[in-house]
Amino acid sequence: MIFLQLTFSFVGANSRHKTTTNIILEHVETLPTTETARKLGVLPDEFERIQQILGRTPNFTELSIFSVMWSEHCSYKNSIVWLKTLPRESDKMLAKAGEENAGLVDIGDGLACSFKIESHNHPSALEPYQGAATGVGGINRDIFTMGARPIAQMNSLRFGNPNLAKTKWLVKGVVKGIGDYGNAFGIPTVGGEVYFDDCYNTNPLVNAFSAGIVEIGKVAKATSHGVGNPVFIVGSATGKDGIHGATFASEDISDKSNEKLPAVQVGDPFMEKLLLEASLEIINSGHVIGIQDMGAAGIICSTSEMSAKEGFGMVIDLDKVPTRQANMLPFEILLSESQERMLVVIEKGKELIVKAIFDKWDLHCAQIGEVTDTARLHFYRHGALVADVPAHDLVLGGGAPQYHRDYREPAYYQEFKKFNIDTVADVTDAELSTVARHLLSHPNVASRRWISQQYDSTVGTANLSTNRPSDAAVVRVRTPERGDLNKSLVMTVDCNGRYVKADPEIGCQIAVAEAARNIVCTGGEPMAITNNLNFGNPYVPEVYWQFVGAIKGMSKACLKFGTPVTGGNVSFYNQSSDDGPVFPTPTIGMLGLMENAAENLMTLDFKTAGDLIYLVGTSQNDIASSEYLYSFRGVRESPAPAFDLEDEYTMQQAVKTLIKNKLVVSAHDVSDGGLFVALAESALVRGLGFEVSTDANYRKDAYLFGEAQGRVVVSVRPSMQAEFQKYVGAVAKVPHALIGRVSENGFVVDAATVLSLGEAADLYQNSLGKYFE
Amino acid sequence: MKFIAAIDVMPIKEILDPQGKAVMLGLGNLGIQQIDTVRIGKHISIQLDAADEAEARTKIETACSKLLANLIMEEYTFTLQAL
Amino acid sequence: MKFGVVVFPGSNCDDDTVFALRYNLKQEVVKLWHKDHDLQGCDFVILPGGFSYGDYLRSGAIARFSPIMNEVVAHANRGGYVMGICNGFQIVCEAGLTPGVLLRNNGQKFISKNIYLKSQTPHSMLTAGLDPDRALKIPIAHAEGRYFADADTLKALNDNDQILFRYCDADGQMTDAANPNGSLENIAGVCNAHRNVFGMMPHPERAADAALGNTDGKLILEQLLAVLPASF
Repeated sequence: MIFLQLTFSFVGANSRHKTTTNIILEHVETLPTTETARKLGVLPDEFERIQQILGRTPNFTELSIFSVMWSEHCSYKNSIVWLKTLPRESDKMLAKAGEENAGLVDIGDGLACSFKIESHNHPSALEPYQGAATGVGGINRDIFTMGARPIAQMNSLRFGNPNLAKTKWLVKGVVKGIGDYGNAFGIPTVGGEVYFDDCYNTNPLVNAFSAGIVEIGKVAKATSHGVGNPVFIVGSATGKDGIHGATFASEDISDKSNEKLPAVQVGDPFMEKLLLEASLEIINSGHVIGIQDMGAAGIICSTSEMSAKEGFGMVIDLDKVPTRQANMLPFEILLSESQERMLVVIEKGKELIVKAIFDKWDLHCAQIGEVTDTARLHFYRHGALVADVPAHDLVLGGGAPQYHRDYREPAYYQEFKKFNIDTVADVTDAELSTVARHLLSHPNVASRRWISQQYDSTVGTANLSTNRPSDAAVVRVRTPERGDLNKSLVMTVDCNGRYVKADPEIGCQIAVAEAARNIVCTGGEPMAITNNLNFGNPYVPEVYWQFVGAIKGMSKACLKFGTPVTGGNVSFYNQSSDDGPVFPTPTIGMLGLMENAAENLMTLDFKTAGDLIYLVGTSQNDIASSEYLYSFRGVRESPAPAFDLEDEYTMQQAVKTLIKNKLVVSAHDVSDGGLFVALAESALVRGLGFEVSTDANYRKDAYLFGEAQGRVVVSVRPSMQAEFQKYVGAVAKVPHALIGRVSENGFVVDAATVLSLGEAADLYQNSLGKYFE
Repeated sequence: MKFIAAIDVMPIKEILDPQGKAVMLGLGNLGIQQIDTVRIGKHISIQLDAADEAEARTKIETACSKLLANLIMEEYTFTLQAL
Repeated sequence: MKFGVVVFPGSNCDDDTVFALRYNLKQEVVKLWHKDHDLQGCDFVILPGGFSYGDYLRSGAIARFSPIMNEVVAHANRGGYVMGICNGFQIVCEAGLTPGVLLRNNGQKFISKNIYLKSQTPHSMLTAGLDPDRALKIPIAHAEGRYFADADTLKALNDNDQILFRYCDADGQMTDAANPNGSLENIAGVCNAHRNVFGMMPHPERAADAALGNTDGKLILEQLLAVLPASF
């Protein structure tokens, strides 16, 4: 093999500490300057540090390697200091955040769940279809490269004003991209959330979540060891896709980014499906040392991260990398973000076994190098060494920079707090129908059916929510070998960015609390979270203040609910010169567990006319940051809604027991649109109505449309009323109120019909699609 | 005047064409070997009225660049014929 | 009796179909790899749903030339039973085993939801035991499911009683509104003239397990057991 001839001179005993100076500069005449570094997004002091690390000036290939590995996208340099403060431990955690491609949680019976959420915001802003599709591809590869078979996907989307032509284009493209990729890949999309606000006009958010199941002994690692073990590249050929894409992702989006359009990558879900099956098969063969998806920053990212994990090195012959275009330069091959590729290190001598598996699936694989003990990465092109870099210094947790950014409370924060409810007139009885219509048809509240029906939610025959709607999605765990394990994952993605803007710390606590509430209302036990932190430019102190506040709030809430952070993704620079930063949007993807779903799954729909409706939790004279205040009253400056972490926790424990003891027949959390919308959502599933009374202690708008947290609507069979009352009042001692009963005749408040069933159903079901058809 | 435009929209060379790749596998199954590349695009036929060929050309250019092709990943060519 | 489920590259309902047959219907079932030339003695071959070859070019067009399809066609020509579900239906149509084609949905979008369908004939093993008045709730999940055939073919299908299922609403009315994809005459499934090859777009295997809260699909799959000969 040609390759071995190339390696000999670098596997010397001292080479670990020696720098190689005879690098051949293939495509640049002169060495890069600080100016070249700046163009690559490398700061002057970072450039200096690179020179120190190498003991010489890097050539262009090496500099571009550092530029992507030290970009925000790969190194988390502006966030890692704070991310480390998040709670990351529990007895159920098998891999800590950041250790592997995705978090790993013990779900019993010898199985673990690997789950993660990741953003593809900037690519989706440019080309929504491919941007969203490749986002789905990337997150699923993170899961199955751990040896886990994905069993469910979700997504969290933010768009601008739905009346804008650009928003319509983005929504249609993103939804079709997610659908076409996820549907063909064959994993059900079981949940998600979508919000619209002007702040996302230029910068949509596209966050994709995937969860998979793996036997605990068969988890694959993103690592490398064993001198002489072969390194394979598997999957698609490498093209000039997304070169500098990682760097691109870290820059402000502005008009000039149109010049970078070749940064778009095309997804191939068919290839991904083959990669999935082949990867699980080679991992099962037991001959895989390490395996990693090639996401941002491609080959350089995988080779350096896998090598740095255990202090090994690699020698790689770039001529061996299958390319789509002739004459690609070394930096193009190294940085390419071509999709559906993976790097695999296998046991020497097992090449033929692994190759046979890839051949079976018609996948190309090529040996491109081998493991060395140098702790350095040596890349060759046309027989010449084109880059020689230490793996450790490239990666997060190694030599990649970590910055403490300045932060400052923005002026708006105190301004928002000055909001006085008395400046807003309460709704009159005559106005109730108008507000009800506004909310049920509002794009932030109305049914997401137009979107969700474009996603295959029933493939995998695992989605238990198809015929039993609930606050969180319930996905049963079954394996071909063991059948149905009578165990389900419960999952949800949540974040109200408006609350987080109003108060980052409280708003992010609410995001975690709402996720937990959804899982509890479904009958599940919250276990862990993954997060997708979407923020503006971290160099703006007021933006960074939002980031810091959100992290603090998330820590508090995660500790309270016992849901450690298993990992996630940070996306900064979601801001434009026109719209400023987006709402700070720390999306929470929460995983819960449910044994014996047939017994324990709780649905959100009212069952029978005559059942009693209770509100568990406390009503408040609060309309802050509600959809009602924001879009109906047009008051955009108010604090986060009322929230108390302790009360929320107590309320959730009570609801858990109510469900366990079968004292309720439905449970649905009160969130966007307030109590009225929660009632409507519970009623409409079976075409039922409700009759409720307001409470003179509260303003009518606050009672019906306020978004004070910590509340759940439950329905109770009349025959169970005494027992229910006894439990909530005497045992759980949580605030609760009988507010009305399920009926068959429209939505009735204080004995007056606010909406007929037909109108309510039409508004709720069909409003969203009208923006996009 | 009436014109007919024959438009081809193809994925640009630099970009992956998953469809072409899958069809190549299928051709192999059919026993047709030694195929170097397969790329798949769209053929679009548009009949239109225009004062002269220059106007027709402008209209088709606009149609291609604004709607029919996504220039981020596709390129187009067309021929015009007066009817 | 032995079932075989063909796995094409890109199939994604193979596991679901195997699961339904093995665990819900307690049948012997094996997977058949598309590159093989051996049906492993299966009496009944199912082409499952998915996106074989990525559905590139036309759904089913490339899979139809997979090596195992020679054996599947020969099996059908010998009178052996074959059923195509969703992408499998597209493949049996492309292979000419059932008449007609599946076009892009008239709404131009992928549709994933529960629909209702009704059995249309007592003269096929797949529908013989079904209540013709009962609307069955079955999930669909496809972008190309609009059944189309030319006028002569359609007439022949009707004359020969080859239409297995039509889309209807929850009350069993076969209205336009209940037609999810614009299929001709609400057609959801057909069989060939010899009545041994079946194709349907809806997914009975996705409604065959009590855990999913819907077992209407199991009623359909059970028909296969009621009529199938013990050995072939």
